[in-house]
Amino acid sequence: MSDPRMIWRKSLNYVMLSLTGVAAFGVVSILFLVLGYLFWNGGRSLSWNFFTQLPKPVGETGGGMANAIVGSLKLLMLAAVMGLPVGLLTGVYLAEFGGKTFSFVIRYTTDLLNGVPSIVIGIFAYSLVVLPVKHFSALAGGVALGMMVIPITVRSTEEFLRAVPGSLREGAMALGASKWKTIVTVVLPAASGGILTGMLLALARVAGETAPLLFTALGNRFWSPGFEQPTASLPVMIYTYAIAPYDDWHRQAWAAGLVLLGLVLVANLGARLLLNRGSAVRST
Amino acid sequence: MSSISPGSNATAARLAPQVRMNDPRSMTSEKEAPVRFQISDLNFFYGPKQAVFGLNLNIPANKVTALIGPSGCGKSTFLRTLNRMNEIIRNTRVEGSIALDGQDVHSMDVVSLRRRVGMVFQRPNPFPKSIYENVAYGLRINGYKGRLDDQVESSLHRAALWEEVKDYLHKSAFALSGGQQQRLCIARALAVNPEVLLLDEPCSALDPVTTAKIEELMFQLKDSCTMAIVTHNMQQAARASDFTAFMLDGKLIEHSETPKLFTTPKDPRTEAYITGRFG
Amino acid sequence: MSAAATTIAHEVPPQAGPRAFLRRLRSGDEIAHLITLTFAALILLITSMLLYELWVNSHLSRAKFGWMFFWTRVWDPNFDNFGAAPFIYGTLVTSAVALCLAVPLGLASAIFLSELAPRKVSDVISFLIDLLAAVPSVIYGLLGIFIVVPLMRTTIGPALIHTLGNVPYLGALFHGPNYGVGFLTAGIVLAIMVVPFIISVSREVLLTVPREQREAALAMGATRWESTWKVVVPWARTGIMGSVFLALARALGETMAVTMVIGNAPTIAASLLSPGDTIASIIASQFTEASGDLYLSSLIELGLVLFLITFILNGLARILIVATGRGGGRPA
Repeated sequence: MSDPRMIWRKSLNYVMLSLTGVAAFGVVSILFLVLGYLFWNGGRSLSWNFFTQLPKPVGETGGGMANAIVGSLKLLMLAAVMGLPVGLLTGVYLAEFGGKTFSFVIRYTTDLLNGVPSIVIGIFAYSLVVLPVKHFSALAGGVALGMMVIPITVRSTEEFLRAVPGSLREGAMALGASKWKTIVTVVLPAASGGILTGMLLALARVAGETAPLLFTALGNRFWSPGFEQPTASLPVMIYTYAIAPYDDWHRQAWAAGLVLLGLVLVANLGARLLLNRGSAVRST
Repeated sequence: MSSISPGSNATAARLAPQVRMNDPRSMTSEKEAPVRFQISDLNFFYGPKQAVFGLNLNIPANKVTALIGPSGCGKSTFLRTLNRMNEIIRNTRVEGSIALDGQDVHSMDVVSLRRRVGMVFQRPNPFPKSIYENVAYGLRINGYKGRLDDQVESSLHRAALWEEVKDYLHKSAFALSGGQQQRLCIARALAVNPEVLLLDEPCSALDPVTTAKIEELMFQLKDSCTMAIVTHNMQQAARASDFTAFMLDGKLIEHSETPKLFTTPKDPRTEAYITGRFG
Repeated sequence: MSAAATTIAHEVPPQAGPRAFLRRLRSGDEIAHLITLTFAALILLITSMLLYELWVNSHLSRAKFGWMFFWTRVWDPNFDNFGAAPFIYGTLVTSAVALCLAVPLGLASAIFLSELAPRKVSDVISFLIDLLAAVPSVIYGLLGIFIVVPLMRTTIGPALIHTLGNVPYLGALFHGPNYGVGFLTAGIVLAIMVVPFIISVSREVLLTVPREQREAALAMGATRWESTWKVVVPWARTGIMGSVFLALARALGETMAVTMVIGNAPTIAASLLSPGDTIASIIASQFTEASGDLYLSSLIELGLVLFLITFILNGLARILIVATGRGGGRPA
């Protein structure tokens, strides 16, 4: 049967299906393009100086981003201290204690918080921490990032706690463990792998956030000891240098981009591999 | 260290001073044997649905009592009321009285109850910890101050598992086979020296060889422990228990010494069940 | 055979004072419940405070401009006259461009991954695409500035002007000075950023379509493509719509990459090649320079608007995705 309609249908079939393959591989090749460009441009500009030196005054070439690296670590630490416990305990509440309506409200609100654009979180942290004292600070940046860490942590904690089989809980309670003891000595340890991975992913996600830092931690061309000063961070440096007119700054932006992406991807890859391998319950 | 060493009469006396200690191996009649659990007029509800109807039963001390009956007759539900495990499920209600050595179990602290009345489940449920830590778990959470090592070893002996794991105590419990895991769960339950051990179809997931080992175990444990075992395997009930109770649709139909129930059952329904006409 | 019995009996805490013990133990559980509940309630507090702060700190501009704020096309800090229209326009245009590019690309990829590719290949590619979603926005901005913008300026822009620019009506979209930055560039970068979400959700939804549906179509003599396009995809229609809403919500809130390639000009222009601004990009670029309370208040009001838009969209997305049976990422 090779009537024209059949030929048309068959060609269409072939063409469309090929196009879907092209699309998929196209998207994947974007990933490799991204990585490729970063490695090429960033790798060329990466040097020991980058990690150890402070930025040079505007207009001068050279210098590094040591303060931004330290600043990012400081902000991550603040975010972890403020956001992870809230996320963890809320996840425990939802998985172990929650009543029907209140749990629904909490979950809904957590999803809501998760969907708030990061720049709006920045505005909130600004009005909360910067406005009252009239200066920018690492603390404000940490507050903003901490709020972003919470919803991710809640979701993964709850998920992994629920995955612990009920038979384990029953076994502990039959030996005389009270509910909270069961949670602390059996359930949490059993879910710990997944929960920790979730936390790592949450931190990796906020490590790359720029918008909420733009008017909380702001930026700094020098060291910023303590938590009360404006603080440099990798993402903000990338932004600042990229939009500036200096070639040397562009090169440094690529280098910083490579470092940032490297860290984020390594964390993500590591976390996902851990999750896939650790799907069987392991002993503590 | 000694080999399998069931607790002596002295231990039993310390734990339950009211109980008269007869020679545990003589088959005295039901009326004379001391009683560990007294259940009267027990009604149990899952929400609006009633699962146990007016149950009256005595569980004699240092004997094995088997609970048999078709699926859904309420034997597991009843077993779990004895250590108040049903309280974990929402919307359940208990009416009637369950007395352990004369004391109502609902008036005592549930944690101490569960230490005195241990449980082994249908599927082995060892914790994702080492073999040692599994056995030591009950001891740790109850604040045991003595030497853990000795207690862990003796519990593993009592569960007939020591020889197989003594060199691997710090390996994960999941490295053990199903039968070994179940014996580990028994050792874990025994570690806190319970007076009563409740077993909910403990061998249903195991092979015949392991089942025989566990039945042998139960015989050895009788000296120090009262046992109640739910089983759907009638041969097991006939082999391993001293008393048998037959349940149907949430009611206790018949309860007597095992040989009597299996050879001369009083109720026609009992006879129908044990001859395989249903269930 | 009766060796010395283990002396655990008196080591374990005695039953003395059962009522006191009971109270302490029960309160242990109560305390745990209370602590976790308090932290859970913190989230409610944070979210309410967020709304509150946005509302309160924008009251100056709300009071002064009222509803006209949404229609005013002027954004003039020098004369304290602020209007949201250019940014709403910019946000809508860039998102529309992004979706026009990302939806066909994403849906096609999802179809490939769910229908055609062998499972292993599909899983590997999905994994790689998920990694794309983890790339920070500022990095996309970096690539946007140094790769897409020059490309637009030298190659794509001129090409579009010379070809589509001459088509009646459509040509209005592609004329005027071409600097490389602008709505189209931002839309392209946004498309790359949201395509992984469309692919990931659509692929999962397509995988849940029962095999019998495909088989019924094929058994009637349909080609592979016809069975996919006319039967499978319509079955998963709601979930796919949900993924589009999700992508849209992401695109609307996207800040850094857009700020870096959109040209930062608060204007409304028909041409896609013209520079502009979105709500997120104007806040990002001007917040720290906002001198004057009305200026700042206007920016914060823009933030409030953005919040509300994404809130509504996310809600719709979730309803659509759940309606297809996919849990939307929520734990069981």
